[in-house]
Amino acid sequence: MPETPITEASVAAATDAAIAAISAATTMSELRSARSSHAGEASALAQFNASLKAVPADERAAAGKLVGQGRAAVGQALASREAELAVAEESARLGAEAVDVTAVPSRWRAGARHPLTLLMDYMSDVFVGMGWEVAEGPELENEWFNFDAMNFDEDHPARAMQDTFFVDPVDSHLLLRTHTSPVQIRSLLERPLPVYVVAPGKVFRTDELDATHTPVFHQLEGIAIDRGLTMANLRGTLEHLARAMFGDDAKIRLRPNYFPFTEPSAEMDVWQPNAKGGARWVEWGGCGMVNPNVLRAAGIDPDEYQGFAFGMGIERTLQFRNGMNDMRDMVEGDVRFSQQFGMVV
Amino acid sequence: MRVPISWLREFVDVPADVTDEDVHAALVKVGLEEEDVHRFEVTGPVVVGQVLSFTPEPQTNGKTINWCQVDVGVSTGSTPDIRGIVCGAHNFAVGDKVVVSLPGAVLPGPFPIAARQTYGHTSDGMIASARELGLGDEHDGILLLKTLGLDPELGTDAIHLLGLDDFAVEVNVTPDRGYALSIRGIAREYANSTGAAFRDPAAAVTPVDASGFSVTIADDAPIRGKAGVSVFMSRVVRGVDPSRPTPPWMVSRLLLAGIRSISLVVDISNYVMLEIGQPIHAYDLDKINGGFTIRRAKAGEKFETLDGQVRALDVQDLLIDDASGPVGLAGVMGGASTEISGTTTNVLVEAGNWEAITIARTARRHKLWSEAARRYERGVDPKVAAPGAARVVQLLEQLAGGTADPLGSVYDASVPPQPIGLPERYIANIIGVEYSADEITDSLAAIGATVELSEDGWKVTPPTWRTDLDDKSTLAEEVARIVGYDRIPSILPVAPPGRGLTREQRLRRSTANGLAAAGLTEVLAYPFVSQASNDLFGSPAGGTPAIKLANPLDPDAAWLRTSLWPGLIAVARRNLSRGLTDLALFELGTVVRPVAGTAYGSGPLPVGAARPSDDVLGALRASIPPQPWHVGALFLGDAITKQPGQAAVGGGLADALDAARQVASTVAAPLSIVTGSHQALHPGRTAELRVGDRVVGYAGELLPSIAADLDLPRVVGLLELDLDALMGLGRKDVAATPIASLPAATQDVSLVVAESVRAGELLAILVEGAGELLEHATLVDDYRGPGIPDGSKSLTFALRFRASDRTLTQAEATAAKTAAVTLAAARVGATLRE
Repeated sequence: MPETPITEASVAAATDAAIAAISAATTMSELRSARSSHAGEASALAQFNASLKAVPADERAAAGKLVGQGRAAVGQALASREAELAVAEESARLGAEAVDVTAVPSRWRAGARHPLTLLMDYMSDVFVGMGWEVAEGPELENEWFNFDAMNFDEDHPARAMQDTFFVDPVDSHLLLRTHTSPVQIRSLLERPLPVYVVAPGKVFRTDELDATHTPVFHQLEGIAIDRGLTMANLRGTLEHLARAMFGDDAKIRLRPNYFPFTEPSAEMDVWQPNAKGGARWVEWGGCGMVNPNVLRAAGIDPDEYQGFAFGMGIERTLQFRNGMNDMRDMVEGDVRFSQQFGMVV
Repeated sequence: MRVPISWLREFVDVPADVTDEDVHAALVKVGLEEEDVHRFEVTGPVVVGQVLSFTPEPQTNGKTINWCQVDVGVSTGSTPDIRGIVCGAHNFAVGDKVVVSLPGAVLPGPFPIAARQTYGHTSDGMIASARELGLGDEHDGILLLKTLGLDPELGTDAIHLLGLDDFAVEVNVTPDRGYALSIRGIAREYANSTGAAFRDPAAAVTPVDASGFSVTIADDAPIRGKAGVSVFMSRVVRGVDPSRPTPPWMVSRLLLAGIRSISLVVDISNYVMLEIGQPIHAYDLDKINGGFTIRRAKAGEKFETLDGQVRALDVQDLLIDDASGPVGLAGVMGGASTEISGTTTNVLVEAGNWEAITIARTARRHKLWSEAARRYERGVDPKVAAPGAARVVQLLEQLAGGTADPLGSVYDASVPPQPIGLPERYIANIIGVEYSADEITDSLAAIGATVELSEDGWKVTPPTWRTDLDDKSTLAEEVARIVGYDRIPSILPVAPPGRGLTREQRLRRSTANGLAAAGLTEVLAYPFVSQASNDLFGSPAGGTPAIKLANPLDPDAAWLRTSLWPGLIAVARRNLSRGLTDLALFELGTVVRPVAGTAYGSGPLPVGAARPSDDVLGALRASIPPQPWHVGALFLGDAITKQPGQAAVGGGLADALDAARQVASTVAAPLSIVTGSHQALHPGRTAELRVGDRVVGYAGELLPSIAADLDLPRVVGLLELDLDALMGLGRKDVAATPIASLPAATQDVSLVVAESVRAGELLAILVEGAGELLEHATLVDDYRGPGIPDGSKSLTFALRFRASDRTLTQAEATAAKTAAVTLAAARVGATLRE
């Protein structure tokens, strides 16, 4: 094969042809083919390079420079075009991989806590934040802890008013606790003084389920026994809880009432500043100074220690705090009910 | 307690324009909670009219109506004002005065009155019956005013005439305040709240010491040391006219107070009970023989009460005898044989004071919650028996034409209230308010107590009607409420530092939060189940001991749950019935698990107000069965629903096992899953869940035949774990080891084993055989088919080896793998798949 002499024109022609082919490549495979034709062993520039050794010595440096410049230009064109094509190809791939993000399959399943248990956790946390502890006790309880120790005389009408579920036979003196108060007496019997505890939990009364009653419901009770605690401390504690639950403008109103386990006793109303339909007073629960007889039942001298106790229904709190009317929604377990709360109450 | 306002006004000053809200607000301040308001709901014009003439007109429907001409008098503008009115009743005559509702009036219902076309006439109003006016049940005819002893002017406003413009507030009386079950008691509290002057109705009558009827007290079995009777007064009134009507003011007050009018004598008894708080019993004197004896019933004795019931008596029941035998169940209900009748003319009035516990037990035993029993049970002022009897005598004379007779009896063994020592600082120390000495003594005086100075404060003697005041703490409440609870400031106490939630409390929360985050929805089912449910779900092979309720709401759900599954299933069924078909539910709750052969319960209870001995307390604590916390879960329908590019993934055993793993991981308990069996679960799809040797629960799919019986889909995944046990077996602390960062060597191994070999079992063998270099191993494939003998399978595990101190060579990793394979070959005949 006759060799083309290395001239400025021949090298420029070969270089131009190569760059034109590289620029014309629109895919990586066309670029590979252009690389092979114009930068491969059989390409004109490669041939020029191979023939350099035959160039007379005095012309070799100049010829070598010419060929080297041509090859470098082609190399640069290749690299640059390759980068361009890589970007274009990745871009095309990304385009092809696009999906409808509103229709990507979901493997997540929406779960939820029950708002009543969330609310009990939340209320307990307010007290834990004040240094109180959370106490617990059995739901199936001995009558003594539920009534006698709480100063309910066996013949007092207050005892009959509790609508109690008794275990068969009745003279076994077992019952489903009618309030979480037995946890109060157990705490006083078991813990060193002073005692500051709350007891959240299930309680039971023989009410048929309807829009405003359920035989199984939840309470949070608290008891604090120390030296020198007063009814002002009771109000302060309730007001603190109310502010945590209902906002900084919440406040507590006390009305005289009667409970066997407290003396004096009070019904408490809470001022709910952010209630739907406007701020209002809502009846929230019962409270009072712990009756000396309850302290005596725990072996505590009421002339040395005194304190307060309070209790409120969790269902009721959820009802007016979160604006719902029908108790049945809370007990039926319809998943739509809990799922509207998710993990937040 | 319902309080007619016109009645309240008799004993305390009430503003003329007072509203029900005003009265409620005054009473709630002193502890009488608002319950309701009662009205007759009649608005005018309702007037007195007189029948001038009427024409009977037979109708095609067989009825005869009367076309009446009624003069409704001057007040409507013209005299006479004659209206044509159609009337269906026939109990009247020309000249009778009646109550006419004119167009524009509204009767209870509400029933608006308009002039209307009927039976061929325009009826310009309606002649009302007592029932139509809300005055009782009488509807056999229209109300004739002469039967009430009334002869008013025509056109008189009948609403006012009949007391239909009165209203009553209803307040809740707490069980310590028996005295407030009377207008007397409420009026006193209204005065305490408003400062208005109080006029005691018990002081408005003069008791007479009647005599001649002997009273013998023969209570040989006082309950808890308390005699059954402390006061027994009786008075005789002769010549009562049984035909006299109860005046309308009394009828309307009784009705507003919630008591129907029966007859004048009975109405007067009830009226006085409501007014003064003293229950009254009226006997027909002519049926009484001789003097009275008060005694306990004899075993086997029977007695017919005036409601016609023959009652089998208990030896604790208290009876009033006359010379011929029992005439009353004391304080609860009189006897049938001496009851007042329509012909009674001579009346014996009894006013007693009966002991609260005796009455409470008798009322409960015979389910006789009479108004009298309700008051005695809460405490009746022993000093209103005499005025109560006197007030009845007075009304029988004024309204029934009777004449008081000196015959009667007086027995009063009531004990005067004991003084209570009240140290000067006590109330301030309990309430947190610095009351002045005047505030304390004035408040106590206002409730009727006598206050004397003592060495360290005061000596306070409660009034006779406040049987609830028995301790200085009760006096603190009186002062606080009379001064007002709004005086109590708000002071947050500082508790000593606490230790936060307990480990179990934290772990239960984490468990619930974890399951919810994993897509399960928390439910709170009732713990009441059937015996069959406990038998089926309570334990793997049945025979689960359980606790039964004595008074369940539903006799078919009288047992306390031993498992969370019945509740979860019931909730799932409810959701399914509402079209919610993909469910993942969980519950955290206690179950009641009595131990077979253990007797629970306790004997007679220690009294309150004193700490029982440690032995007694121990027995009380041990009297209840174990109630561990369990966690249960249920899955049905799809875990992942069908979507574009995503096939549906059904929920079931896999979800149940994952939930088990999640709970175990949350409480850091090393859970193992082995093949198990449970009578309620699919025999081929049941896992026993263990920590070490301890079985802590089951996961599986509900037995399809049970699912079908319950209208559930065939696949229902179930999990139940004893969370208390699991937490007990969980790690209490973590001793952290450094994390090795040197490269790992990974190898797969495929082993051929008999199909009966469980993958989990083989994995455990590999872990054991490979030794400590094996960091992680997991099953990645289960192949059966060409190349594998029938009855065998090829299980492939991915193994990851690592050493903590050097880069592991492939040779070391292979050696460990070979050791594992060798052990598997020896244990279960595994061979390396070529």
